[in-house]
Amino acid sequence: MSDHSSEAHSHGSVKSYLVGFIWSVILTGIPFWMVMTEAFDKGPTYITIVLLAIVQIFVHLKYFLHLDFSEQGKLDTYSFIFSAVIIVMVVALSVWIIYASNAMMM
Amino acid sequence: MSTTHMNTHDAHEAGAHHDEHHDTGGNTVFGFWLYLMTDCLLFASVFATYAVLFMNTAGGVSGKDIFDLELILAGTAALLVSSITFGFAMICAHNKNRSGTLMWLLATFIFGGVFIALEIYEFQHLIHNGNGPQASAFLSAFFSLVGLHGLHVTAGLIWMVILAVEIMMTGLTGRSLTRLACLSLFWHFLDIIWICVFTVVYLMGAI
Repeated sequence: MSDHSSEAHSHGSVKSYLVGFIWSVILTGIPFWMVMTEAFDKGPTYITIVLLAIVQIFVHLKYFLHLDFSEQGKLDTYSFIFSAVIIVMVVALSVWIIYASNAMMM
Repeated sequence: MSTTHMNTHDAHEAGAHHDEHHDTGGNTVFGFWLYLMTDCLLFASVFATYAVLFMNTAGGVSGKDIFDLELILAGTAALLVSSITFGFAMICAHNKNRSGTLMWLLATFIFGGVFIALEIYEFQHLIHNGNGPQASAFLSAFFSLVGLHGLHVTAGLIWMVILAVEIMMTGLTGRSLTRLACLSLFWHFLDIIWICVFTVVYLMGAI
């Protein structure tokens, strides 16, 4: 039983890879289409491509990297969540600090 | 004293050896996952650098002037396809299908190679037109970020060749399966980094 779930965790199935792939194609295609055709205003385009990128990251984590909260996989997931928190802090706070100090020197 | 210690240690190792085989594979893959998380932090700091520097074009070109989105779309498609072909290689490997694994690894290598070839073409084209990394802070940050991802993909391709040779020579043993699982994580992880690169650098730069 536990052996079976560990195998499913580590390599997925043809179907799950195909589902992940089709989602990725859609989630990559829409932002490229929006930017290349300039069909929408800048503001909505920015928000949409960022949201779609975040969704696509979750699709990849689930279908290609097989992150989940099973007994076998939750350590991977927790270490990822920890790194994600650090990354948000490093990137968002750096950008905030630098842009704020840039504005103050103007 | 030290001999006694050694003996106890050996005995412990021998005792543990029976269950060790399965556990070590899992621990190796988890250790590699932790390495990938630190690699994530490396990429995050380079992304932060890019976000801070991208407006400083020193009177030269900005992203809108130099990005060829059709080329980037082709590279993105190649990388996405290589992700699913690697997934199929993993499925074949777990079914002990050696020729299938090697065939899908070859497909992955070709699509990964196409991605790198397109990136080299893009870089060569930029440098040829005087927009090399020395031209402005924007271009330095751009080459660092995209080049860092490209170097990772190149390392993955080299690793793939070595692993394919190992599988040809020794078959799909526990050890090569563990290594294949690590490379699989590495490859899919690079795909996630690429999602961030094409969104933040190319698409946002071209709007």
